[in-house]
Amino acid sequence: MAPSLLPWFYVVQRFALALLTLFIISLTVFFACQLLPGDVAEILLGQAATPEAVAGLRTAMGLDEPAIQQYVNWLTGFLQGDLGTSYANRIEISELIGGRLVNSLKLAGVTTMISVPVALTLGILAAMYRGSALDRVISIFTISIISVPEFMLATFAVLVFAVWLGWLPALSLSSAEAQSWGELLKAYAMPVISLSIGVSAQMIRMTRAAVIETINTPYVEMALLKGASRSRMVLRHALPNAIGPIANAVALSLSYLVGGVIIVETIFNYPGVAKLMVDAVATRDLPLIQSCAMIFCVSYLSLITLADIVAILSNPRLRK
Amino acid sequence: MTARTSLLARVPTPARLGYRFNLVGRIGLAVILFWAVIAIVGPIVAPYPPGEIVGWDYFTPMSAEYWFGLDYLGRDVFSRILMGARYTVGISLAAVFITVTAGVLLGMVAAVIGGWFDMVLSRLLDALNGIPSLLFGLVSVAALGSSIPILILTLAAIYIPGAYRYARALAVNVNTMDYVTVARARGETTFYLISREIFPNILGPVLADLGVRFIFIVLVLSGLSFLGLGVQPPNADWGGLVRENIEGMSFGAPAVIFPSIAIATLTISVNMFIDNLPTKIRDRSE
Repeated sequence: MAPSLLPWFYVVQRFALALLTLFIISLTVFFACQLLPGDVAEILLGQAATPEAVAGLRTAMGLDEPAIQQYVNWLTGFLQGDLGTSYANRIEISELIGGRLVNSLKLAGVTTMISVPVALTLGILAAMYRGSALDRVISIFTISIISVPEFMLATFAVLVFAVWLGWLPALSLSSAEAQSWGELLKAYAMPVISLSIGVSAQMIRMTRAAVIETINTPYVEMALLKGASRSRMVLRHALPNAIGPIANAVALSLSYLVGGVIIVETIFNYPGVAKLMVDAVATRDLPLIQSCAMIFCVSYLSLITLADIVAILSNPRLRK
Repeated sequence: MTARTSLLARVPTPARLGYRFNLVGRIGLAVILFWAVIAIVGPIVAPYPPGEIVGWDYFTPMSAEYWFGLDYLGRDVFSRILMGARYTVGISLAAVFITVTAGVLLGMVAAVIGGWFDMVLSRLLDALNGIPSLLFGLVSVAALGSSIPILILTLAAIYIPGAYRYARALAVNVNTMDYVTVARARGETTFYLISREIFPNILGPVLADLGVRFIFIVLVLSGLSFLGLGVQPPNADWGGLVRENIEGMSFGAPAVIFPSIAIATLTISVNMFIDNLPTKIRDRSE
């Protein structure tokens, strides 16, 4: 194989692996939901249903078919955008999810725009002045944040910004109610702050580690020995070579959003996919749970695969 | 007298064997032991019965009578936190032991046997690793319910792929050592190889990994309980206590703050402990 094609070979391999993973995940999600005790048709029709009606509905829904056939039907439907119908309120799931997905993506987008620049700056600074007071403060701060649950970050953000300082409302408004830019900002502030803190902490640690690894290489030591200043040594000599690992760190940290968003949307009553899913778990609305779970897994996997691909493409040894 | 001192000098205390902990590690260990004791004796030392309504007011501030105030029903928060330690620590410990045992066994077997067995198992578990942990918990609880045994098994299942990957990587390194090759040439069984040659040599890093997984499990358990899908009322672990009292958040009731702090003390001290494990335990190659 021509060497210039080598990285692309690995990239294709990653994609194939991601698809395989997705397939196994879809099997897991589908059959986990099959384990639920009780018959779906009986649940839908309620206790007063006649056995004939239940049998009719079972046939109509395809529940009589073998599990493998049901799985294939569900998967093909999912791929064509037909997510099925919610048990709880008989609405098409694609309709239920549509607007909410946009809301969740907005939340994730704003969080990314805020946390990436902050985290990169702090991470690089910590690596640049390794062992200094600044580095230690940042380290203690990030370790503490990573070791506490997401809901605790949100709770304490509310305590500080809403209760003690009184700057922001404790609960988020829905973005539809917000009229002006100021109100919109306030509506998003608490969820975004809570999410950003968690995501940034991860990102700072990984960025710091990536930059330090490059600083430890002989060519950076050479730059130091020839008399380059510390900032020149880090910014001109080390950083360009650390961009790959840093981009990798960013993509990996953003996958933390998937877990964080579940908690944060619940606390702040934010109308996103995660809130929808938690409510669906409470009412045991299986088709809705399956669809939401798949959406989350797809976004999580995309981020992880993206991280892998960035790592491959940024490795100059594969590019020659 | 001299015989006695020389005997004392030979007693293999941890410090003499090179297993000395630094101060931060000791503080971490002390906090862990504290919560372990509370998990066992909590209900006995609790000043009030944890499930009983003891005051007529709700969300009261801290006072001498009720140290951490009262919760949304007027139950004593301090007693409920002491009781909650049993759920949080107990469930997480059970889950982490299952996870690490299963992960390490599978990892060592995969490393020793190798071949397609290793490949299929690794691919399968890597795929399961592609499910975000909280989501795994949500789907599993939705399908199977949230009784305590199910919770333990779910939490264990979430982290088996991670424990497997870590143990396999360690075991693969040991597996290439000469003494393992010699043992294999002697015709020893797979069981002998993993129990006598590989396991003793990966034990240290595996113990550190156990600590990391414990933190993850505590966090996911608290998250699930916070979403109302973990330990069910009237019992409550620390995550559940935060959920019950979340309405008190807007006026900063101690009923919300202290259960969160309890979780943080546990996870941060485990972190402090494993970060400061003696090098001799953490990495035997050095």
